[in-house]
Amino acid sequence: MAAIYSLYIINKSGGLIFYKDYGSKGRMDTNDSLRVASLWHSMHAISQQLSPTTGCSGIELLEADTFDLHCFQSLTGTKFFVVCEPGTQHMEALLKVVYELYTDYVLKNPFYEMEMPIRCELFDINLTQAVQKDRVALLGR
Amino acid sequence: MPPAAPRSGDAIFASVERVNAELFTLTYGAIVRQLLTDLEEVEEVNKQLDQMGYNIGIRLIDEFLAKSNVSRCVDFKETAEMIAKVGFKMFLGVTASVMNWDADGTCCSIVLEDNPLVDFVELPDTCQGLYYCNILSGVIRGALEMVAMKTEVTWIRDMLRGDDAYELQVKLLKQVPEEYPYKDDE
Repeated sequence: MAAIYSLYIINKSGGLIFYKDYGSKGRMDTNDSLRVASLWHSMHAISQQLSPTTGCSGIELLEADTFDLHCFQSLTGTKFFVVCEPGTQHMEALLKVVYELYTDYVLKNPFYEMEMPIRCELFDINLTQAVQKDRVALLGR
Repeated sequence: MPPAAPRSGDAIFASVERVNAELFTLTYGAIVRQLLTDLEEVEEVNKQLDQMGYNIGIRLIDEFLAKSNVSRCVDFKETAEMIAKVGFKMFLGVTASVMNWDADGTCCSIVLEDNPLVDFVELPDTCQGLYYCNILSGVIRGALEMVAMKTEVTWIRDMLRGDDAYELQVKLLKQVPEEYPYKDDE
């Protein structure tokens, strides 16, 4: 069963607001995760300009030898991306689920400041449940 | 996996948890009364309600986008239809319609068929300048700002002030897409 290595959420200015790693691979310390986030934010923006087709909204999937990176950008500019084992299925559905959890447990928390790092326990708990392997398999049905 | 189709306002409204309408009306009424007591001036209360609505709107927009699965609107006309048909239905359970488009398609009216905020409400003579539902104008303004549109939302008709319907005017001031600063080496 293919595995998720890590999940990132970046705000519309490219700042990392949430990072969680799940596996034994791809663990990052704080500085590296911040760097990956800004890098991805810039690459995503540049890809929209470089795209040979019109109406491109940015990179959705990056496939490399040792990992895949799936990215979802909401219409409000917040990006959710997951780094996983090559060939992992149903990551787009997972990102949609994470977006819904974000709109519930983060945005509806009146004490959460917009664009700031996410420190919401309910979000963490529900996210862990969603990422558990058997749940991810269920999304494919 | 094919992208999910956009859901109708009715479908979403039916699927979310509901709360007692009277509790909602009473809560909103309590907020307005408290603001009137604290701020005393009707104009200040109007501004605060708009600001509160703005703070709700900036958060509500992602909820709207997540639940309704809509893709980017092609033009402002589509945006207005989305607000009226899906947005108002989904969050307040009311049907709204869009009318009175101007020549460039940047200004329209949204007319609400009914309004749960104002059940049982009558404005006294001392509050004649009050836009009781001003929170709604803030919500729309805040929500649209998060999707790159700067708008001005005002009340044209308000039944609490003696008109025959609730009509909001939504005017698109400008589109503000995310611009990345590029340094030209000149």
